[in-house]
Amino acid sequence: MQDTLLDIRGLKTWFKTEDGMVRAVDGVDLRIDRGETVGVVGESGCGKTVTARSVLKLIDMPPGRFEAGQILWQGRDIIPLDQDEMNQIRAREIAIIFQEPMTSLNPVYTVGDQIAEVIALHQKLSPRQAMAGAAEMLRLVNIPNPQKRVHDYPHQFSGGMRQRVMIAMALSCQPKLLIADEPTTALDVTIQAQILELMQEMKDKFGMSIMLITHAMGVVAETCQRVTVMYAGKVVEEAPVEALFGDPRHPYTQGLIRSIPRIDRAVSRQARLESIQGTVPSLLNPPAGCRFAARCKHAMDICTQGIPPLKEVAPGHRVACVL
Amino acid sequence: MLSILVLGVLVGPYLWPVAINDIDFAAKLQGPSLAHPLGTDDLGQDLLARMMYGGKISLAVGFAAMLVALTVGVLIGSVAGMSSGWVDAALMWLTDLFLALPTLPLLLLVMYLFRDSVKKVLGVEGGAFVLIVIVIGGLRWMPVARLVRAQFLSLREKEFVEAARALGASKVRQVVQHILPNALGPVIVVGTIDVAAAIIFESTLSFLGLGFPSDVPTWGSMLRDAKDYLDIAAHWALFPGAAIFLTVLAINFVGDGLRDAFDPRRML
Amino acid sequence: MNAPVTPTEDLLRVRDLRKRFAVKGGIFSRIVDQVHAVDGVSFEIGKGETLGLVGESGCGKSTTGRCILRLIEPSSGEVWFQGNDVTRMDGDALRSLRRDMQIIFQDPYASLNPRLKVGAIIGEALTIHKLAPTQKAMEDRVVQLLETVGLQPDHMHRFPHEFSGGQRQRIGIARALAVEPKLIVCDEPVSALDVSIQAQVINLLEDLQEEFGLTYLFIAHDLSVVEHISTRVAVMYLGRVVEIAPSRELYDNPLHPYTEALLSAVPIPDPTVKRKRIMLQGDVPNPIRPPSGCHFHTRCPIAKPDCAQRVPELRESKPGHWVSCHYRG
Ligand SMILES: Nc1ncnc2c1ncn2[C@@H]1O[C@H](COP(=O)(O)OP(=O)(O)OP(=O)(O)O)[C@@H](O)[C@H]1O
Ligand SMILES: Nc1ncnc2c1ncn2[C@@H]1O[C@H](COP(=O)(O)OP(=O)(O)O)[C@@H](O)[C@H]1O
Ligand code: SF4
Ligand code: SF4
Ligand SMILES: [Mg+2]
Ligand SMILES: [Mg+2]
Repeated sequence: MQDTLLDIRGLKTWFKTEDGMVRAVDGVDLRIDRGETVGVVGESGCGKTVTARSVLKLIDMPPGRFEAGQILWQGRDIIPLDQDEMNQIRAREIAIIFQEPMTSLNPVYTVGDQIAEVIALHQKLSPRQAMAGAAEMLRLVNIPNPQKRVHDYPHQFSGGMRQRVMIAMALSCQPKLLIADEPTTALDVTIQAQILELMQEMKDKFGMSIMLITHAMGVVAETCQRVTVMYAGKVVEEAPVEALFGDPRHPYTQGLIRSIPRIDRAVSRQARLESIQGTVPSLLNPPAGCRFAARCKHAMDICTQGIPPLKEVAPGHRVACVL
Repeated sequence: MLSILVLGVLVGPYLWPVAINDIDFAAKLQGPSLAHPLGTDDLGQDLLARMMYGGKISLAVGFAAMLVALTVGVLIGSVAGMSSGWVDAALMWLTDLFLALPTLPLLLLVMYLFRDSVKKVLGVEGGAFVLIVIVIGGLRWMPVARLVRAQFLSLREKEFVEAARALGASKVRQVVQHILPNALGPVIVVGTIDVAAAIIFESTLSFLGLGFPSDVPTWGSMLRDAKDYLDIAAHWALFPGAAIFLTVLAINFVGDGLRDAFDPRRML
Repeated sequence: MNAPVTPTEDLLRVRDLRKRFAVKGGIFSRIVDQVHAVDGVSFEIGKGETLGLVGESGCGKSTTGRCILRLIEPSSGEVWFQGNDVTRMDGDALRSLRRDMQIIFQDPYASLNPRLKVGAIIGEALTIHKLAPTQKAMEDRVVQLLETVGLQPDHMHRFPHEFSGGQRQRIGIARALAVEPKLIVCDEPVSALDVSIQAQVINLLEDLQEEFGLTYLFIAHDLSVVEHISTRVAVMYLGRVVEIAPSRELYDNPLHPYTEALLSAVPIPDPTVKRKRIMLQGDVPNPIRPPSGCHFHTRCPIAKPDCAQRVPELRESKPGHWVSCHYRG
C-alpha cells in the first residue's frame, strides 16, 4: 500500500429539491496517493464538482446532505468534523480552484490583498510581509511584473492570468492536495497549455497531489497518472492512464474515447465519429441497475436488474460492468 | 382577493342599494351596525355604500393610470431600445427630464390649470377622472420606459433575435414576436406597482382637495374626510385605509402571478 | 492585399473584410477607441466545401461570420455570394439572401426564444418567406424538418427549456434548414456540448451536408473538431487570417509559427504519445491597440526586428497553401 492521502469510500451526497431527491453523487470511491495526479472525467452533471466540493465540505447543507460513505483524509474521516477543524484542513492541507476564473475572485479587492489574506491565515506575518509574499507567489506563477500587479484588481487581468492568480492563491498555503475543478475549460488551448504546464511545475516544486476534474480526455491523457471515470453519480471505471486509454473496458469509457476527433491520426477525416446515442439520465429517478444501460450497445437483461459493482480486471484497473 | 374587491365594488351597489349621499344627521359617526355595516360618517352617510362607490373609482383610476403609464412607457422604451443614435438619446433625455421634474407640484399645477376647462367638456366626475388618470399616468411612464429600453438593449443582442434577423424577420416582427414577449415579465411587475401607486396618488390628490369633488367618494377622499374624526370614529378611516392596503397587496400578488403565468418554464 | 484566387466554382468570396467596433467610454459615452475586430480578411469557399475558421477567443471569428450574413454591417470590404456583393444588398435582395445563407449559434440556451414552442421557432422562416401556403403544409414541413435532425414530431408542441443542450442544437439546425439554404455559418455549434453529444451533432452536420449539398463555414476553437469536419482550414489571429490550407496539409505541415503553436497546444488523448510543445508566452494582445507590423510578433518564437515594422502579406507558398509570415513558407 502506498502513502494514501485521500480515500473516498461509498460517498453519497444528495440534494433535497422541490422535485425530489437529486442523487448527485451516489456511491463514489476515489483514492489519491501522495504526489499523484488523479483525473476525474465524465459528462456535465455527472457529479464531478459535487464530489470535489464534498471533500472540502463546501456543500450547502441543506439542501445537500451526506447520505452515506466516508471521506478519509490521511486516515481520518472528515465527515463528522466541525467547522473549526474543517477550516484547519481547508487553510493548510487541501486547496481548490474553480472552473470560472471570472467569478472566483472578489472584484472589489486587489489581487495582492486576496492572496495576502490566505497567506496570513496560516503564517504570522505583518501586512507588508504578507503582501511581499503575495508578490512572490505571483512571480512563481509567471505573472510578469509581480511587484506592480499585486496592486491590480481582478478585472485588470485576462482569463488565463486570473486562473494563474487562483493557482497562486491556492498554493500560498502549500497544500498537500490541490483540487482543480475544470481549471482550463474556459480558456483557449494555448493558455490551457500554459496553465497545465504551470500546474505540473508547481506540483514538482511543492510535491503535492492533484485531483484534476475535466471533461477533456486529451488533458487527462497528458497530465494524469490515474483516472476515474464518472457517469450519473457513480464511478464506472478506474485505471492507470495507459490502461484506460489503451484498454478501456467500460462501454461508456470506450464511447468517450472514440467520440473525440483526433488531430494526430491521418485517417480521422474519412471516418465517421463514433457517438454515444441518447443523453445522461436524470439523477432524480436514476434508472435501476446499470445507469448507462439505456445508451449502451451491449446492454442485456441482467444490466437493468442489479447495479454492477466495481470489479478489478487488472491490477489497479476496476470496472463497473457485467461484461 | 383582488377579484373579491373588484366584484365587491361592481356588484356590491346592487346588493346594498343605499344611496351614497343619503344624509341622516341622526345617525352620524356611528360605528358598524346592522343598518350600516361599516358605520356612517359625519353626515350620517352610509360608509359601505360609499366604500363600494369609492372603490369603483379608485380601482378604475388605478388601472387606467397604469394602462396609460405602460402604454406610453412601452412605446417610448421600445422605440428608444430599437433605434440607436440620436433618436434613442433624445427619447432618454425626455425621460430623464420628466424624471427630474418635481412630481407633486407639477401635478397640482396641471390640475389647477386644466380642471375647469376639462370639466366643461366632460362633466365634473368624468373630467376629474380623465385628468387624474392622464396626470398620474403621464408622470409614471418614465421608469417603465427606462426598464423597457434596458430590456430591449440586452434582448436585441440575444442570439435568438439574431437568428430571426438571419431568417429575414422584419424589425416589427423581431419586436413583436421575440423581444417584447421576453421583456414583459418585469414590466408587468412594475405595472402592478403602478396601479397601487396611482391609487395612493389619487388619495393624496383627494387629500389635498384637488382630486374628485368632495361629494364624490373615493377611498382617498374618505380617508381625508375621516382624518378629523380619528379619535371618535376610527372605523371611518380604518375601512378605506384597509381597502387601499389590501388592494395594493393583492395587485402585487397578481403581478407576480401574471409574470409566472407568462413564463413557459413555470407552466406544466 | 494579394488575395488567394481559385478558378473553381466559389460560392462565397470574401475580400479584405474589415469591421471596427467603437469603444465608448468617459462620462458622456463618447467614442474613445476602436476595436479592430476583423482587420482585412480574405478567403473563398467552394460549393459543397467546409471551410474551418479557427483561432483564440476574441480573434474575430464570429464577427467575420456575422458580417458575411450582414447581421452586422462590415466597415469595409466585399462579400461576393453567387456573383453578387452582399455588402451592397438591401431590401428584396437582402431578403432573398436570407434564404440562401443561414447561421447556427454556439449557445444552445440563448439561441432559441424561450417563449415560443419548437414548432413556431422552426416554422417562423416559413411564415416570413411565405413558404407554406396552409397551416397543414406548415406543420408537415416542420415535422419533416424535425425528423431530418433526429427529433420526434410531437416535439413541436414543447418549449425549448424542455430539451437538453444537444437537442436544442438540433432545433437550431432545423430552423436554419427550413429555408433550404446553400451556405450555413456554423458559429461554434458544438463548443457548448458534452463530448458524447458533440459527436452526435458533428455527424448530423456531415450527413446534412451530404444530403442537401450544403456549404459550411465552420467556426470553432477546437482544432480537432475543425480538422475532422473541414476540407480547408483558415487560422485567424487578431482579426487577420494568418494561414489557409487544405485541412490535412495544415495539420501535417503548418507553416505559420502561430499555427504550429496552436496545434502543439492541443492535448492528444493518448498517453503514449509524447510531443515537444511550443509554448506561447503571454496572452493575446488587446485588439484595441494591436501590435504593429505582424500582429503576432509579440509572442512569436522566431520574430525578427523587422516583423514589428512590416505587415506580412498572405501569399501562396505551395499550391493551395497560403501563409502570412516573412520568414516561413
Ligand atoms: N445545490 C444543488 N441542489 C440540487 N442539485 C444539485 C446541486 N448542486 C448540484 N446538483 C446536481 O448534482 C448533479 C451533479 O452536479 P455537478 O456540479 O457535480 O456536475 P459536474 O460533473 O461537475 O458537471 P460540469 O461538467 O457541468 O461541471 C447535477 O445533476 C446537478 O444538477
Ligand atoms: N458588438 C461589439 N461591440 C464591441 N466590440 C465587439 C463587439 N462584438 C465583438 N467585439 C470585439 O471584437 C473582437 C472579435 O470578437 P469575435 O468576433 O466575437 O471573436 P471570436 O468569435 O473569434 O471569439 C473581440 O475583441 C470582441 O471583444
Ligand atoms: S453493465 Fe450492461 S448496460 Fe451497463 S455498461 Fe455494462 S454492458 Fe452496458
Ligand atoms: S512575420 Fe515575423 S513575427 Fe510574424 S509570424 Fe512571421 S516571423 Fe513571426
Ligand atoms: Mg462542474
Ligand atoms: Mg465567437
